[in-house]
Amino acid sequence: MARTRYAPDRGLTTRMTATIFLLGLVFVAFIAAIIGIGAATHGSTAVIALFAIVLGGGFMIGSLFFSDKIALATAGAREVSPNDGPMARDLHAIVDRICALADMPKPRVAIADTDMPNAFATGRNADHAVICATTGLMRRLNHEELEGVLAHEMSHVAHKDVQVMTIASFLAIVAALLMRMAFYSELFGGGRRNNNDQNAALMLFAIMAVSIVVYAVSFLLIRLLSRYRELAADRSGALLTGQPSALKSALIKVSGDMSRIPTRDLRAAEGLNAFFFAPAMNLNAGASLSKIFSTHPSLERRLAELDKVQRQLSQAR
Amino acid sequence: MGFLDTLLGRTKPVQPKLDDLFALPSAAITLEAGTNFKPTGSGSVCFRAVEGRSFSDVEKDVRDLLNASSSAEGGLPVEVSKDSYGFTWLVSSRMSDELEALVTDLHAVNSSLVDNGFGPQLLCTLVAFRDDQERRLALIYLYKRGTFYPFAPLPGERRDNALELEVKGVIGDDLKWESDLSRWFPVWGAPGM
Repeated sequence: MARTRYAPDRGLTTRMTATIFLLGLVFVAFIAAIIGIGAATHGSTAVIALFAIVLGGGFMIGSLFFSDKIALATAGAREVSPNDGPMARDLHAIVDRICALADMPKPRVAIADTDMPNAFATGRNADHAVICATTGLMRRLNHEELEGVLAHEMSHVAHKDVQVMTIASFLAIVAALLMRMAFYSELFGGGRRNNNDQNAALMLFAIMAVSIVVYAVSFLLIRLLSRYRELAADRSGALLTGQPSALKSALIKVSGDMSRIPTRDLRAAEGLNAFFFAPAMNLNAGASLSKIFSTHPSLERRLAELDKVQRQLSQAR
Repeated sequence: MGFLDTLLGRTKPVQPKLDDLFALPSAAITLEAGTNFKPTGSGSVCFRAVEGRSFSDVEKDVRDLLNASSSAEGGLPVEVSKDSYGFTWLVSSRMSDELEALVTDLHAVNSSLVDNGFGPQLLCTLVAFRDDQERRLALIYLYKRGTFYPFAPLPGERRDNALELEVKGVIGDDLKWESDLSRWFPVWGAPGM
């Protein structure tokens, strides 16, 4: 079989598979622990756990269905048509071409009026997607750099990243809910004096402990997964446009500008961090511990991976 | 994209469909019979160039190929231009009654790119038409979808949608039309129109 220039990156695929597998493992271990606690203490853990799972599931489905509306509202973005001015026309034209190259349905196009340069795409699948760029971004980048950024965002849509990350977060949400419910049960039920008192307290304490551990571990894994998916989107975007240098240039421009913007804007953007092209809060200035909490890989890492794409594209057949 | 590819974030680049382009000559006959639009003899391939030596070598080979074939028949050399969005257009001009030869040329360009592994870079092909009132029309072929759509620009970056739909009706089933109207994207200022 002839090797294609567009072959996927084995290393990245392996790492992502491992992370997803670990998340699944943690979920299974969590369920086992809850069942174990229930069996050992004869308590009604099943009811509490079920309640938490249903509630968590509800949040998850709700956020999936409304992700586009929520994201647009939070960013202060408005949908634009190609006739809404030269910026809108350019944005539509670039998105048109990316969709034609990638054979994807065209998403709704929105512009957010802020000087902070950034772009995001959201929506539960390709048919309900929205892509948004800020006026600050369009002002700073040329057409090719903008194309690279938008191709990265469209890759998130193609990879169904909103769905994947929401489902991955499901476990953390359920664990957090269980933690809270156990905590409050302990608070309110702690004054009873009857035979089951010892058991009930033990059970609740155990649930809380397990939930805290699960929450912490899955939080770190989810952040790790998010970083890998950013790299995957970088890679897909660069392969689609065939211009990894344009994407590198855009990354450098955007990352540099991000750190110079006053803190007012950054705090407003924190909630949308996961969707953004570059993280709105730049914790990275040298500190290595903060890297494991970051939703985005470091600039150096992203540039290095794009170098790999460049080499791959220029190899002769 | 398969489930596993989505899960692991691996995008498979989309390969172009090349053969549906050959339906164009017979569709042009139907078009001329039903309206007054005749081919101008100009056709172009639009693709996204890839950075690096490998692609520029392939691009040069493709241009030489086209030039050789057109000069052998006393035609014009191929024009290469880049539009404002960074896409490259290779424009081939033939006599207006040589639509079949034009389509063969365009197919040769496509096959060259595909054979060298750059199929995913192909965006669209445009064949230009004009009627006796000097109205412009293009039939655009989307490689990744294997479908056509009409494009009738008017001055001031407007589209003559009525004309486009009329053309689609006249040609009817002779061509595979793009059913998703949001994919009928405009190519303002396309060379060769």
